[in-house]
Amino acid sequence: MKIGETKELICINCPMGCNLTATMTESGLKVTGNTCPRGEKYANEELTHPTRTLTTTLRVNNREGKYVPVKTNGPISKEKLFEAMKVLSEVTVSAPVKTGDVVFASLFGEADVIATGTVD
Amino acid sequence: MTYDVVVVGAGVVGSLTARELTRYKLKVCLLESEADVAMGASRANSAIVHGGYDPVPGTLKAKLNVEGTVMMEGLCKELDVGYRKNGSMVVAFSDEQLEHVKMLKERGEKNGVKGLSVISGDEARKLEPQLSDTIVGALLCTSSGIVCPYNLAVAAAGNAMDNGADLKLNFRVTGISDDGDKYVVTSEKGEKVEARYIVNAAGLGSDAVAALLGDDKWHLTAKKGEYMLLDKADGKMVDRTIFQTPTKAGKGILVTPTVDGNLLTGPTSEKTEKGDKSTTLEGLDKIKSTAVLSVPKVDFRDVITSFSGLRASCDETDDFVIEQSEKSKRAVHAVGIDSPGLSASPAIAVYIVELLKKAGVKLERNEKFNPNRVSCSHFRHLSNEEKNEWIKKEPAYGRIICRCENVTEGEILAALRQNPKATTLDAVKRRTRAGMGRCQAGFCTPFTTGLIAQELGIEETKVTKFGEGSELLIGERK
Amino acid sequence: MLKRDIVIVGGGPAGCAAAVAAFDAGTKDILVIERDESLGGILKQCIHNGFGLHRFGEELTGPEYADRYKNMVIERGIDYMVKTMVLSIEYGHDNTKIVTAMNSENGVFAIEAKAVILCMGCRERSRGQLNIPGDRPAGVYTAGTAQRFINIKGEMPGKNVVILGSGDIGLIMARRMTLEGANVKVVCELMPYSGGLNRNIVQCLNDFNIPLKLSHTIAKIHGKNRVEGVTIAKVDERLRVIPEESEYVECDTILLSCGLIPENELTKGAGISLDNVTKGAVVNQDRETEKDGVYACGNVLHVHDLVDYVSEESDIAGKAAAKYVQNGCRNADRIKTITVEKQGAVRYTVPQRIDVSENQEDVKVYFRVGAVLKDVSLVVRNGDQELMRIKKRKVAPGEMETVKIKGNMLIDSDRISISVE
Repeated sequence: MKIGETKELICINCPMGCNLTATMTESGLKVTGNTCPRGEKYANEELTHPTRTLTTTLRVNNREGKYVPVKTNGPISKEKLFEAMKVLSEVTVSAPVKTGDVVFASLFGEADVIATGTVD
Repeated sequence: MTYDVVVVGAGVVGSLTARELTRYKLKVCLLESEADVAMGASRANSAIVHGGYDPVPGTLKAKLNVEGTVMMEGLCKELDVGYRKNGSMVVAFSDEQLEHVKMLKERGEKNGVKGLSVISGDEARKLEPQLSDTIVGALLCTSSGIVCPYNLAVAAAGNAMDNGADLKLNFRVTGISDDGDKYVVTSEKGEKVEARYIVNAAGLGSDAVAALLGDDKWHLTAKKGEYMLLDKADGKMVDRTIFQTPTKAGKGILVTPTVDGNLLTGPTSEKTEKGDKSTTLEGLDKIKSTAVLSVPKVDFRDVITSFSGLRASCDETDDFVIEQSEKSKRAVHAVGIDSPGLSASPAIAVYIVELLKKAGVKLERNEKFNPNRVSCSHFRHLSNEEKNEWIKKEPAYGRIICRCENVTEGEILAALRQNPKATTLDAVKRRTRAGMGRCQAGFCTPFTTGLIAQELGIEETKVTKFGEGSELLIGERK
Repeated sequence: MLKRDIVIVGGGPAGCAAAVAAFDAGTKDILVIERDESLGGILKQCIHNGFGLHRFGEELTGPEYADRYKNMVIERGIDYMVKTMVLSIEYGHDNTKIVTAMNSENGVFAIEAKAVILCMGCRERSRGQLNIPGDRPAGVYTAGTAQRFINIKGEMPGKNVVILGSGDIGLIMARRMTLEGANVKVVCELMPYSGGLNRNIVQCLNDFNIPLKLSHTIAKIHGKNRVEGVTIAKVDERLRVIPEESEYVECDTILLSCGLIPENELTKGAGISLDNVTKGAVVNQDRETEKDGVYACGNVLHVHDLVDYVSEESDIAGKAAAKYVQNGCRNADRIKTITVEKQGAVRYTVPQRIDVSENQEDVKVYFRVGAVLKDVSLVVRNGDQELMRIKKRKVAPGEMETVKIKGNMLIDSDRISISVE
């Protein structure tokens, strides 16, 4: 962003969905409209390196027709979401699997993929 | 194998005819172009067993309507099909309409209809408190009723099969040849069925089937009727079927309870193409604005679904055409069976069998014929004690799949196993009511598709809503 | 006959939270009855994150949120039955409630309860209720049905998708199907504003360049067997289709996300009257219905935007039911009942009535508005007298608002009204 440039954003950190205004100043990005510090952090990241948490399901290879829900345990680069889906479409897990188990370590070196449900 | 009789079309008329034929020692085959029985006019109509005051005296419609209506109650008992003799009213909003109502009473009496009387507006409102204040009088008919039309066809076809008949679904008849002794009936896909006699009960396709036999004098026009079905919460709005007096502008919109306890309003009446099952904004608006004339409190916010059905209207005559073929003497046609076809259907079936006899079919009693059938959804009508006995034997009856209509897994499995076996989501729905309630299959679809796949031994992605091309899923996730 | 102090109908987030709250308040003879195969309710198929920020201070997925409550139920040894459907609730002698249920093991059976908590959740508005004209092919699903197919069964309902309604489930499914390789062409919203949360518009639609067309609807569905396309059209102020402003969009699937309706058939069967707007029971601040000892909470009472608020509400109901049982099935002495009046843009309030006692505690009133409004005040009045005024930058129909009314204010009030000005 150039100095003086302004962008409108909606914070996605929580359901409040604050409308943020981010303006580039000489001393860096100035964010208004946020009701908590996470809004400012979000605006900074969204304008430089946007990230998202990915949730999906993985096939349980030893339980016919069963899938286990999973998530990245931290945000990954937004532009890598589709690539991540592609990688994970090849991944299956074996039951038993419990909530919190790491089912795929270090996705792009950004986050682990962990189970968010249990299949006995 | 050569069948004695092949019946083309498994709607109420074809299915009841097939069943009627299994009373005799005959090899019977029922052919249906769709993936289930009752997919034409029998699927979507007003579900009324008419008194019989509408048809002009002396017509086949008058004779068979009155006879059919008398037969219906006993038939439904044998076949375990929902029926209730709830009676009906034709309401008049003006003195002119009242004259018409009086004429209907006379006509009905000529036709032999029992239980007709003309009552005042106040008397009508006393019987049906939700009727509009603007009603000045009504024809009350106590002999009419309501029935579940598609389950009548399902049960008739199933009972025919239990008594030895065959059913071939997805068999669209495209050719009929005759060597003077037997017919060879060919389907679109090239399958062949041989039979000595043919009954043409092909509904909207009966003109085309007749033409295949050389009788090309009839032309059918599809008339679409749209309906709106309301929640069971509104099912007690009226107890009787409330018709409006027919005027030049149309037959009016009826308001009626259904045998399952919903409230049904409709139908519109528009010419359309065969195969058009769509609903329209104009049609639905017309139902809404017209139904409230007779029952002002009908609350259309409670609509759970809208649908349309097609009636086969014959361009050449207003009456039913049920006769021996002129060109092909071992064939009997039932063409142009529009209203009151459902009411008349039990009598039509008997009439067709008589015509077949005249055409040469030997009717020798089948001693083993069993007229009774237990519906796959019989469970819901049991007492709690009986239910518990059923659940003990088949635990699937204890598990509810459709929460809106309280349909159990046991009933769905029975629908998939009992003649005529359901193979589609809609076929299960019609037989069991799973998916017919207020959520309209939102919750039970994934469960029902799973049961269908399991019972048929197919992939779930092959399960259809109502036959080939209506697959519900496109495949597994990648 | 089985006897229990409290029977809870439904083991989703509301039922579990109510059970835990009642147990922790000292009434431990509880039975939770769940129709599905396990506790957790619809959250089990909501695999996305965004749950639990208020409740647990961290962002959880639906299954994780469900698991936490399920574990709390199990840890306490609270009794529950799964694959069991409650068929009816009637009233027995001495203020007891007779709950009739059915399952494969026990058949049809009855339980005598001192208190009942209704937690049946809600259902989605269907095509039939929306009266969308056109053909009736396969491929028309509610968003939740599609969600179950994809997330639980691993099956894809379609490839080219049009979504009607911008409710949160629809937005979430737009993203989910896109990530699974489907092409979500457009989301149409009948109203001039979105029904879902802002954050979901950003991360489910904007992230994937899926257009959101406000004041648009599906005017007609095309396709004899499977959906082949839809006519989408702009609507006027009265929400009627403008035929001149319509276009045909090819698709094989339609998802509907047009609102949720509390499932209150049991409630109605139990003779309890419903609020015309919420379609849930009319309740007091304890979430007690008009029948003594029958409570309702969660989406069966009114549709919540966040599950965290469902848990909060269920705490209230659970605690109150426990207290009711402990007081010998009598309600605490109330000195009067105040009806909460809704004014202006306020569409409904929960509770709808407040039973005031001598040591009245503060009461939090939840409500929703009927339009998007900016720079407004939420005003609470006793008759003409203003009791409270809270400034808000924005209120929207998709989000629930609350005001907390002080106990002493209630003791001094005869009529409470809430308005947005």
